[in-house]
Amino acid sequence: MSTLEIRGLRASVAGKQILRGIDLTLRSGEVHAVMGPNGAGKSTLSAVIMGKPGYEVLAGSVTLDGIDVLALPAWQRATAGLHLIMQYPTEVPGVMLDAVLGEALISRGRDTSTLGQVLLAEAKRIGFEERFLHRPLNVDLSGGEKKRNETLQLAVLRAKFAILDELDSGLDIDALRDCSRRVEDLSNDTSDGHEPMGVLAITHYSRLLNELKPDHVHILVKGRIVTSGGPELADVLESDGYAAFVPEEDLIDEATASSGGLDGLFAL
Amino acid sequence: MTVLDLEQLASIELPTTDEEIWRYSRIADLDLSTYRPVAHAPHVAGPAEFVEIDGDTVDLFPDETPDVFAELNRRAAAQIRIVIPAGTTVDETISITHTIAGDGVLVCPRLVIEVGENSQVTVIERFVSGADGPALVIPVLQLRADQAARVNYLSINELSEQAWAIGNQQAVGFQDSSTLLASVALGGDYARVRTEARLSGKGGSTRQVALYFAGGTQMHDFRTIQDHDAPFTHSDLLFKGAVQDHAASVYTGLIKIREHARGTAAFQTNRNLTLSDGAWAQSVPNLEIFTNDVKCSHASTVGPIDEEQRFYLESRGIRPEIAERLVVLGFFDEVLSQLPAQGLAEGLRARVAAKLNIGEAAS
Repeated sequence: MSTLEIRGLRASVAGKQILRGIDLTLRSGEVHAVMGPNGAGKSTLSAVIMGKPGYEVLAGSVTLDGIDVLALPAWQRATAGLHLIMQYPTEVPGVMLDAVLGEALISRGRDTSTLGQVLLAEAKRIGFEERFLHRPLNVDLSGGEKKRNETLQLAVLRAKFAILDELDSGLDIDALRDCSRRVEDLSNDTSDGHEPMGVLAITHYSRLLNELKPDHVHILVKGRIVTSGGPELADVLESDGYAAFVPEEDLIDEATASSGGLDGLFAL
Repeated sequence: MTVLDLEQLASIELPTTDEEIWRYSRIADLDLSTYRPVAHAPHVAGPAEFVEIDGDTVDLFPDETPDVFAELNRRAAAQIRIVIPAGTTVDETISITHTIAGDGVLVCPRLVIEVGENSQVTVIERFVSGADGPALVIPVLQLRADQAARVNYLSINELSEQAWAIGNQQAVGFQDSSTLLASVALGGDYARVRTEARLSGKGGSTRQVALYFAGGTQMHDFRTIQDHDAPFTHSDLLFKGAVQDHAASVYTGLIKIREHARGTAAFQTNRNLTLSDGAWAQSVPNLEIFTNDVKCSHASTVGPIDEEQRFYLESRGIRPEIAERLVVLGFFDEVLSQLPAQGLAEGLRARVAAKLNIGEAAS
């Protein structure tokens, strides 16, 4: 049983603080949805956990079974058991999907001899066209194909914890169902002695959660988790929107901050 | 074949970097008197009936000698002439290998390719060093594609890192002809190729692709001219280069569309990877367009490995140095996949991989 623990995480991008103290604990097999409006810091949270360049951690910690994740380079975070599904998967011209997964298995000390078969089986399972397996990563793929590709990689590599950054964005209903079902299955899969995968699903909309059933839902607003609860929270969000979860003091903060800025300007 | 005498060599006035076409070049470092002109015997494989070796020197562009090196070549050429009669498809590739000694020799290989109406041929010309040490190679390629002819030409530079090469290529395509001019440059201390590809017949097209990769203190220098001299002509150019260590590269490209070349499309893309802080690459695209009815674009980039691409691979658990290797080799694949004689691409890819300094231990 593994644990991913995020404590008091604060981070900034280009000098601007985006995450203002995040606390989350995930265990194997749990599905946590972090939901928030635009600008809440959703993508920043996933980027900081995975170690994307350009983000500065100001305070707090992220540990995976006690290992200090933030001290590791990105590739070691991955081999330690974290996997990020990107909102906009990067196109890498000339670099083939099967070659990348081969290298990724090698750096995990895993066998590559069955990769071909595994890829075919996973591609079939997730509705990813076979001809894309030996094609440059994400080049000329549609939005749906890119996310199927991302999900296929997750299924081949396996992870202790998957971080899904808006898996649903740009997806048609079929691709959304195929991808979210595969993730849900991985979160229950204990075959071959696997730990069931933990999931941190970061999303704006609740439609992802129709197939991927969350155990916990957290509402992220302005870099803080303002409410946590069970799956029913997503339903409230669906009917009422985010306005109910934006704390009044945040609204006041913003008004004060902006009028302060104007005062400053007029004082000149 | 005539071999230049040393007196002739001493009388030659070299260009300087004040001339735009020699800007950024290493021409100032060249001392012709340190080289010794020698006879040169290339090796030719493939269908012999189309190939003439050491005949009288032919000049398809007698009034347009591009520079003093092309002039030198004409005076002392070791010539191979390939003539494909009209209506002939040559299935087998004609392969030419120039093996250059490393003891200060100066050689002037000259290749003239004349492809008749509705004919087809593929020619590969490879330059290698027989031994390390200084050498000066002054090659010339002249190519004519008659109406509806299809010509593929690939030049491979695998000279030693002490050899110099200063080359000129001139090609002309007539109505509905198509010409592929490909180049792979890995070798040379200073290796320069100037290519002028002219389309003089309606509906003619050229495609130019190049892969160049310099390391150590090597310098690769490419000058290209896509000259549209007839209506409804099409040219497309993709040059991709990388520099590592303290190496340098220059690409300057001109798209020239003459007044009567209406309905023309011309594209030019040059991308450069700088793989270390001490390496340097320059890209200078230019347009000269004298008619309105054209489609034209050029793009040029110089920079390090894309951070997003590297992070994407790292986030899959791939070590940074392996991620960089994958990205660089992937960058070149776009050119390798377009080379004529695809059988060679795998070997060339392996030589690029072997030359790459990053991630050596891991692969």
